[in-house]
Amino acid sequence: MRLVVNESLRFEVHRSALADPAVHELESRRIFERCWIYVGHESEVRAPGDFKTRSVAGRPVIFCRDSAGRVRVFLNTCRHRGTLVCREREGNAERYTCFYHGWTYDRDGALYAVPGQGAYPPGFDKNELALKEPPKVAAYRGFVFLNFDAGAVSLDEYLAGAREYIDLVAEQSPSGEMEVIRGTQEYDIKANWKLLVENSFDDYHLLSTHSTWLNYLKNAGVEMKRPAKGEMLPAHGVGKDLGNGHGVVDNVNFRGRPVARWIPIYGEAAKPEIERIRAELVRRLGEKRAARVADTNRNLIVFPNLVLNDGSSVTIRTFQPLAPDRMRVSAWALGPKEESATARAVRLDSFLTFYGPGGFATPDDIEALEAVQAGMAAWREVPWSVMSRGMAKQGEQLNTDELHLRAFWIQWDKLISR
Amino acid sequence: MGQADLAVTRAQIEDFLYREAALLDAWQLDEWLALLTEDATYRVPSNDAPGADPRAALFTIADDIARIRARVTRLKDRSAHAEYPPSRTRRIISNVRIVGEEPPRAEANFVVYRFRRNEDVRQYVGHYKYEFRVVAGKLLIAKREAVLDAMELASLGAVSFIL
Repeated sequence: MRLVVNESLRFEVHRSALADPAVHELESRRIFERCWIYVGHESEVRAPGDFKTRSVAGRPVIFCRDSAGRVRVFLNTCRHRGTLVCREREGNAERYTCFYHGWTYDRDGALYAVPGQGAYPPGFDKNELALKEPPKVAAYRGFVFLNFDAGAVSLDEYLAGAREYIDLVAEQSPSGEMEVIRGTQEYDIKANWKLLVENSFDDYHLLSTHSTWLNYLKNAGVEMKRPAKGEMLPAHGVGKDLGNGHGVVDNVNFRGRPVARWIPIYGEAAKPEIERIRAELVRRLGEKRAARVADTNRNLIVFPNLVLNDGSSVTIRTFQPLAPDRMRVSAWALGPKEESATARAVRLDSFLTFYGPGGFATPDDIEALEAVQAGMAAWREVPWSVMSRGMAKQGEQLNTDELHLRAFWIQWDKLISR
Repeated sequence: MGQADLAVTRAQIEDFLYREAALLDAWQLDEWLALLTEDATYRVPSNDAPGADPRAALFTIADDIARIRARVTRLKDRSAHAEYPPSRTRRIISNVRIVGEEPPRAEANFVVYRFRRNEDVRQYVGHYKYEFRVVAGKLLIAKREAVLDAMELASLGAVSFIL
């Protein structure tokens, strides 16, 4: 049975795609074992031996830098009988020792010591028992991905039109180097992971879901374009299909940017600093490109589960499906490596106005997603969700249309249905 | 008055914290605002960076007084969907210790139970760090930080009410 109906003026998604355990299982095999999945950012592991442990596509991994300074990803499971070889969240390791029987690996993943090795029969070869790595690991501008499919296309080819939007992130740093800032927001949402994909670049919900946040901006003196009657905020944004299921909403900025558009919420004291950053941007990139970087907001989805919210801050957000109705979200703030203490403080403060589990908007998004998921319990009686906004339109699609959402679902359907 | 007369006692701090907890549990948020100085801060650090500075690390909440007031305005609005209908909370405050005198500083353990319809109880466990100021003879909160013990928010989800 097709779970996505895509006809000339009709686009519907079958709700079992958001609720059925069988679909969840299928996704694990056909999406998370086939696509490039985000692991982390190179700046999180700077020195040889630096590591972070995390769960990626349901697998425990060690994201680390080896003795030669290369970024590596190891499956965090002992080659002996499977124990996690590293149980700390982060740190710097000379070696990874499995505490169960004492097998020890070096920071390059090689099996270094096996207690009582003499008891193993001939043919036992430590060289064949290094920590396993995913078949493919690659990075684009500091963003590191893995792929469990040895036959997958290259990361560059996979990213397709999303590369342009990752470039816009990197260009905010004078050196092109961005860094993840300390502090992780990790929280669960009792909803299917694809609902957060939709939500992350769905501007149709802004007015109804986030009126308290819009009121906050207004009360703080932020000048907003008022939408004409019948139109949705923010005006003049577009939604784009970037290929391979990736998509973006690309909006005119009204909510400020640490690089580099000042709004009253930042405070008068920060104004000269934001102007200085803007001037550097113009010197380096020229007026036109600087405006492209600094006067638009972009919410990018990299299929299937990476979001870069590039606006009032730069947020890296990824989420792991835990069950058909549950996901774990991890979010970080990203900033230019060279950023001054003042600009960094503005960035972090700006992040928190909207985003995160204590922000003025994200909690309401979580509530919306959980309310959708609760509604999914009736999927057998009410099986279809409607996603046809903008379908009758020729040419450019608005951010409040659903072209970019459809692009995600079309790719999802292609991978699931083959 | 001698120095001893100016010192704030633990009993005073406890009374104050119990009153604050009662106001927050009753959603009397305007009355709660009256317990804060004009430059008060309210912070909840990220679970993996409990000792960090919000100017250099990502927090869950890092409000100045303007943001605290805006937070209250938001929470009183029926369109603050995450807290509408409002959750029920019950705060247990314990192990109150005075940790500084000028200005008065105190720490306390907390458990905040949070209930929503058709949902299992969520238990927010951690410790508070308070800095007080005496303004016109009244004890007010100048700094308020809630540090959660959970390694990550995980099933606690959002911190959509005032912790």
